[in-house]
Amino acid sequence: MLKMKSNLSHLFLPLSVMALLIIINLIKGADYFTISLVNGALYGNIPNILFGASELVILSIGMTLVTAASQGQDISIGVSATITSAVFVWFVLHAGEVTLLTIVAGFLLSCVAGLATGAFNGILVSIFKVQPMVASLILFTGGRSIAFMIDGKLSPILANDISNKIGTVIPGVPIQTPIILTVIFIAIVAIVLKTTNLRLYVESVGINRNAARLNGINPKKIIFLTFLIMGVCTAVAGFIAVNKAGRHDSVNLLKLIMMDAILAVAIGGNSLIGGKFSVTGSIIGAYTIEMLNRTLLRLEIEPAMIKVFKAVFIIILMIIASPVVRAYAKKTLDGIGNRSFSLSPLRVSGAESAVEKED
Amino acid sequence: MMSEIILEMKAISKSFPGVKALDKVDFRLRKGEIHALMGENGAGKSTLIKVITGVYEKDSGQIDLDGRSIHFRSPQEAQKSGIGTVYQEITLCPNLTVAENMFTGRSRSPFVQWKKMNEKAARLLDSLGIPAVPTQELTSCSLAVQQMIAIARAVDMDCKILILDEPTSSLDDDEVKKLFELMAQLKERGVGIIFITHFLEQVYEICDRITVLRNGKLIGEYETSSLPQIELISKMMGKELDDVTKIKKQDSTASDKSVPVFESSNLSSDAGVRPFDFTIKKGEVNGFAGLLGSGRSESARAIFAADKVTGGEVKMNGKAIKIKTPLDAMKNGIGYLPEDRKGDGIIADLSVRDNIILALQVLKGFFKPFSPLQAETFANEFIKKLNIKTPTPDTPIKSLSGGNQQKVILARWLLTHPEYLILDEPTRGIDIGTKVEIQKLVLELAEKGMSLTFISSEIEEMLRTCSRMIIMKDREIVGELSGSDLSESDVMNVIARGGN
Amino acid sequence: MKKILCVLAVLLAFGPFVLSASGQEESGLIKVGIVNLPPEESGYRQANVEAMNSVFSEANGYDAKQTNTGENSEQIAAAKGYIRDGVDYLLISAANASGWDDTLKSAKDAGIKVILFDRAIDTATSNYQAALLSDMAYEGNTAVEWVLGLDLDEINLILIRGQMGSAAEIGRSAAVLKAEKDGKLNIVADGTGGDSWSLEEARKVVEAAIAAGKDFNVIYAENDGMAQGAVQALEAAGISHGKNGKVKVIGFDFNRFALRNVQAGYWDADMQCNPRQAAEISRWIQSGNIPSGIVYQEELLFTTDTITDADIENWGINADPGKGVVTR
Repeated sequence: MLKMKSNLSHLFLPLSVMALLIIINLIKGADYFTISLVNGALYGNIPNILFGASELVILSIGMTLVTAASQGQDISIGVSATITSAVFVWFVLHAGEVTLLTIVAGFLLSCVAGLATGAFNGILVSIFKVQPMVASLILFTGGRSIAFMIDGKLSPILANDISNKIGTVIPGVPIQTPIILTVIFIAIVAIVLKTTNLRLYVESVGINRNAARLNGINPKKIIFLTFLIMGVCTAVAGFIAVNKAGRHDSVNLLKLIMMDAILAVAIGGNSLIGGKFSVTGSIIGAYTIEMLNRTLLRLEIEPAMIKVFKAVFIIILMIIASPVVRAYAKKTLDGIGNRSFSLSPLRVSGAESAVEKED
Repeated sequence: MMSEIILEMKAISKSFPGVKALDKVDFRLRKGEIHALMGENGAGKSTLIKVITGVYEKDSGQIDLDGRSIHFRSPQEAQKSGIGTVYQEITLCPNLTVAENMFTGRSRSPFVQWKKMNEKAARLLDSLGIPAVPTQELTSCSLAVQQMIAIARAVDMDCKILILDEPTSSLDDDEVKKLFELMAQLKERGVGIIFITHFLEQVYEICDRITVLRNGKLIGEYETSSLPQIELISKMMGKELDDVTKIKKQDSTASDKSVPVFESSNLSSDAGVRPFDFTIKKGEVNGFAGLLGSGRSESARAIFAADKVTGGEVKMNGKAIKIKTPLDAMKNGIGYLPEDRKGDGIIADLSVRDNIILALQVLKGFFKPFSPLQAETFANEFIKKLNIKTPTPDTPIKSLSGGNQQKVILARWLLTHPEYLILDEPTRGIDIGTKVEIQKLVLELAEKGMSLTFISSEIEEMLRTCSRMIIMKDREIVGELSGSDLSESDVMNVIARGGN
Repeated sequence: MKKILCVLAVLLAFGPFVLSASGQEESGLIKVGIVNLPPEESGYRQANVEAMNSVFSEANGYDAKQTNTGENSEQIAAAKGYIRDGVDYLLISAANASGWDDTLKSAKDAGIKVILFDRAIDTATSNYQAALLSDMAYEGNTAVEWVLGLDLDEINLILIRGQMGSAAEIGRSAAVLKAEKDGKLNIVADGTGGDSWSLEEARKVVEAAIAAGKDFNVIYAENDGMAQGAVQALEAAGISHGKNGKVKVIGFDFNRFALRNVQAGYWDADMQCNPRQAAEISRWIQSGNIPSGIVYQEELLFTTDTITDADIENWGINADPGKGVVTR
């Protein structure tokens, strides 16, 4: 019970943002949650959001870990995903007939590529102590050229039946494949967090590197590890993205997604200077951003203004999340709690602890 | 010749919640003298400095500068009145030029007259004999030169008083020499210098007078030439020389012939401690004694590989082992409670529970997390055993009091059941009650067969717990005291003489 | 010692350059300096660079040097180098439209003919000989003409723009906006693929229109990737498109995958944005008859009915998925 409560209070920010968006969408049209069956697959706003956010969700998970341990952000994730997916496409197109086996082998190879890009950033950050953003700037700047070379200077086409099924739906399965893959990925992450000390180590390193080291944790290894995990995340995201697109566009694939991923981490209630982290928060944050993008379209904001509106919304969000506002909210809530809820002590303590955990 | 007094402080008091940092302290600084301000941690040195420079406001008392009563409300005001301060950490901007560092933030004009500034800097550097060029980047200067530039920045604009707070701690011998030459020059010019250092030899090398503070009180002002080192130490520690308090020591195991639990020879680290030999036997409590900066903490850190080990051999129960990382030390049954609780000990945002299980969890391995139930059990066990006052095990450790935080760290190491536990300043900044609890616990643990090293800046506390004391001075072991001859005056004697 | 090393490094870097510049005098080849953007900028650029390489070859009587960089300053430096080398023609596709005045003037003074391609430069027309460009407005007009000629009772169009404010977006959107103003069609949804002309964003635009219950029968996507994203949204929603379908789809740029989709009747049309200025410029040089001022390239529009394999082979850019292969 106690655990539940503290989890929920950590998710207060992302959930309230999401609730706000849902309200806006419902005001615009009450049919927001309607889901229908199209060609045997679920269709509607919600499946669209889940489908569209797949890559972002996966990358946000990696970003959360990198942020927590290294106290900085990896801005090369989109580029890394472009490289890994280039490797995947290269393998599939050179492996002869496209079978499930070649797809899986290609995916595994792209994971190796992801580990390589992750290791590259990780070595710079952990051993050479380069700021994560600066370190990943190298790959960010040059990486798409690498993908372009792997692509053989063209945008190769991945038009095959299996890729198409991975990018859309498998007949007979009512849920789009990218959604399923994302769920599987989240489940794997949950299992890893459950069966290892990843969280304890990463948080320790992110909060107090010296103390972590004096307790036998090797901060360099842990930071490196988070970048490796990030690399795998980019491989999975790249795999989904390229199968969705059916071709490899080294110029535009997942371009600028790092911005949304960093934002997802922030909306998720995570500190961008590391320490304690909430993967659940980031996942909700990622879906919230997807929902935000679609809300702006649903409100039919003209294309020239859409960026402005997004920016305004994000500014509002960040102000809500700022320590100043939170401290003020806590004070007011405490005041209200002490006065008007005094008849119901249970609720008072709940409200107080919820606010307390927020800062 | 009567030298003229430029700064006179009378009956200065300053309190912080719960602490009387300065209690009616008098202090006098003369023109053209170098005056050492001495005292152990918490004596009130830095509070006094901060009162002079306007960082803190005094509660009561009077400060006269050149015979006029003054009252600074900010460091800027103090600076304008001719009081310059240089702190231990160089607070300059490494990527700016020497001249920029000397003059930025000084002028009210929004425009910088580069040529003029560089010329002025060149003149000043030249007159002080500082080997630096105004246009060179600060990072390209050695630490000592950087320190000198910081001084030049402070003494520019008609400086009457210069305060140097631990300026030599990161300098090597040659650099210290250069710094002293500069100080001597400033002294010639009539600048009064307040010098704070932990290196006693330096005090005797350069200072004219010494003012000793202890626990916020003035102990006295002395001519350096008339105050032997031993007396200075005794005054800093607050023990009269002949007050030889015999401490009933623990059953000394140091003399028996059993194999030591831990043994090191020629151990050294990159933190600057000279290679040293050290042994500890089963059930023994010993300690590194010495003043702050003597190398007592660095030695402990070298044993645990908290600093990078640069040489030497270590043995555990007679068997040669390699300790390259703290994890190696932990795996060999060594625990280490660090001196800097906040910086090296607690993981502030994590719960009390996670902080308690951390070390054991790391020993158990990355892929073998304790079940939540197991972790909770461990936490509860030690919260009870050590009487840790926390609302729940889930409370972040940062919201606990210092003493309770320290107990959590202690619990962390006790949970690993170390054979050898090093406690560096385990009682610093915590209340008397907890202090005594921890001291008792140390003796209890030793009785059960654990070997402990207990380091404290309070000799008294060490006498109460340690059966053997390794005396350190200037980053070197200078002597060892054990058995019934353990007394405070002996410790002080060894420190002062530099050997027994 | 350091200085000697520096000199050596400079010699090593420029040595071959100097040698090749002096060694090729009297060879009878036409000397051409090409300043271009890097091929990895886009599929368009890749085809553009490739065409430059194949047309301005020694076999065709050229001694051509090419610099590919996205940095304007590097481009200018390269151009100045070519001017010093005394090339006969200088071909430029500028990363940035400004900052070229001095360079162009010194080329003029040296008697070098400057031909701009693909991208215009903000300068007096007297500073260069000719500019061979794509006419974005023409592309838009041609595409809209096709839309208007579709024989639909009422045209309800979803406009998916490219990067807002880019030349291509302005030109291609203008025709649609004008047709709407003239009452010839309705724009039921107006969206953008953003700065990266993103497939995913385009898909979201169409999904939002579907969710809002918009009735539409034309998708006008300002590049092929966004057209693909739009069609993915139609597919997922079970809305028919292409030949015999409800929604007519047009893309831009002539990617071969897009042309194959048009050929297969999965999409309906694609409008060219021709990256192959090289052949035309070479024709000008060989004939000695170089026009002056801005010249627009002729560009094509193919529909399911008109497209042939040869067209795809000749005019397409990027990888060819092969006949009958649809890229969904």
